[in-house]
Amino acid sequence: MRQEKGMIAWAKSRKGQQFFTIVGFMIIPLALLLIFTYFPFAEMVKFSFYKMKYTTPVDRRVFVGWQNYLDVFRRKDCFGALKLSIYYMVGAILQLFLALYLATILSFKVKGGNLFKGLMFFPYLINGIAIGFIFKFFYTRGFVFDTVLTWCGFDPANLPYWLKDQAVNNWALVGTSVWRYLGQAMVLFVGAIMSVDAGMYEAAELDGANKFQIFRYIILPSIKTIVTLNVILSITGSLSAFEQPFVITSGANGTGTYFVIMNKIAHTSQKVGLASAMAVVLLLIIFACTILQKLFFKYIFRNADAEDESYAAKKQRKKQEKALVKAAKLEGKKV
Amino acid sequence: MKKNIRIGDILWSVIKYVSLIFFGFWAVIPIVSCVITAFKTDAEYQNTSVMTLPKNFLNFDNFVKAFQQANMGRAFLNSIIVMIVVLIVSVIVGTQLAFVLTRFKFVGNTFIRNLYLFASLLPAVAMQVTVYNIMSSLQLVNHLYGYIIMMCGTDVISIYIFIQFLENIPTSLDESAIIDGASYWKIYWKIILPLLKPAIVTACILKGVGVYNEYYCANLYLMDDDLHTIATSLYTFVGPMGSKYNLICAGVIISFIPALIVFLLFQKQIYSGITNGAVKG
Repeated sequence: MRQEKGMIAWAKSRKGQQFFTIVGFMIIPLALLLIFTYFPFAEMVKFSFYKMKYTTPVDRRVFVGWQNYLDVFRRKDCFGALKLSIYYMVGAILQLFLALYLATILSFKVKGGNLFKGLMFFPYLINGIAIGFIFKFFYTRGFVFDTVLTWCGFDPANLPYWLKDQAVNNWALVGTSVWRYLGQAMVLFVGAIMSVDAGMYEAAELDGANKFQIFRYIILPSIKTIVTLNVILSITGSLSAFEQPFVITSGANGTGTYFVIMNKIAHTSQKVGLASAMAVVLLLIIFACTILQKLFFKYIFRNADAEDESYAAKKQRKKQEKALVKAAKLEGKKV
Repeated sequence: MKKNIRIGDILWSVIKYVSLIFFGFWAVIPIVSCVITAFKTDAEYQNTSVMTLPKNFLNFDNFVKAFQQANMGRAFLNSIIVMIVVLIVSVIVGTQLAFVLTRFKFVGNTFIRNLYLFASLLPAVAMQVTVYNIMSSLQLVNHLYGYIIMMCGTDVISIYIFIQFLENIPTSLDESAIIDGASYWKIYWKIILPLLKPAIVTACILKGVGVYNEYYCANLYLMDDDLHTIATSLYTFVGPMGSKYNLICAGVIISFIPALIVFLLFQKQIYSGITNGAVKG
């Protein structure tokens, strides 16, 4: 009896209320996280040691040890597909530079800047399947891309089949990926550049710095966090490239990236064990890459931070000089 | 010296505008070609070059046909239902979680944060290899609610946005409310939720775009024709109609018109949403 009363009193106390709030507010999100992320993750590791289909009953799954992992590295179509990531990495780097360049232009006064920004950003809002159709149409022999190139003076007879010719088809897909995400990256950088103190640009211009110097010494240092984040994301993103080949070519003619192949093995061939092993292998690679990159950037910025400090000092000096110039001007007026 | 600067400035302006116009064109040509084609009759489509303008820009036949054949009315309804439920659930659940994680100290707080951090590294496509298995054992495949539950469950970005935002709100407000004797629910509902409004807008924009455009899981888990979302309804055009691009382009345009309208209305919020959402690292 007494204990019960104690319980009720406890439940009504601050501590008790806190406990119920914590439990009540976290139970649903944590349950969802466990069911849709960590439980499947554990299952994936388990399945990777079995030979099974989705429909195989639990007692008929065959334990095969490391066999699936060996297959991932032995089969030509599995691990070899990671080679295609290089195309996407090149695309991602190109995209990063273009986005930085365009963002720098758009961060300052430009006629029609908002229109250009909107035009370049909109592709990001189109759904993947629509993108697939748009670019199947775009790259079809004699259609949009060929017509545009003909306007530019290319001979239509010499143009390749963009999606079939293995010399160009992966570049064509990378191009669509850049088309789709360039605007988004650009908007991201514009936001970062805009958050830089405008006084710094004025000070630099007063000092006679040219555009490149402004970019190199003011813009780049202040947005390095977001650029770093983008580099990390673009490398892991290239390793797991999936959407463009999936919706445009379905991985035909040597465009099957690692995940496109994994998707086929899982949902078409129903080799769940092998697909799980593929997923686990790539996850390990992604983790390794993320950690390595974090360490790498930490190492680089260790020195850059010192540089920044001296920059802050410089800025301070510039401000003072500017004030002096102003004061001098005022005095000049007085005289 | 002064002249030099001027020439440099002029040159820079030229380069600037040439690049903008080039990339503007580059961004727009695939879409423009689609619009041109969507207005062509079958005969026109077969006999003219793809970049020739259609005779009649008021020929909406393809749009009507595409809308009916892909059953896009139903698809719009499904997409809207999915979007509304997912947004409401993830805002409520996400803000509550963020509230608890930023305002209470308890054993496992950091651990739970790390669980979410780690989850954000797992690529969705890879996870679907085994999530599929779980979905089918929970009997959630081929039901709209099953897809909705899954979409609510795989949400990390908005939680990050909420946590980040709450960490920048001083706790003095809730403390004074506690002294006044308000319950935690009241603090959450009356103080935290209204304060989080800008973060909620950001999260809804990012999540909304993601849900509206999601097709991989929708295709995997919603097989019945009645259950197609806008994105997957376009799959109707694969196969027998695979080369009737005037019809397909019309379907494609219908599918992104809502996104276009939202974009034109909320441009500023979308841009700032993209910027705010990225700073999670």
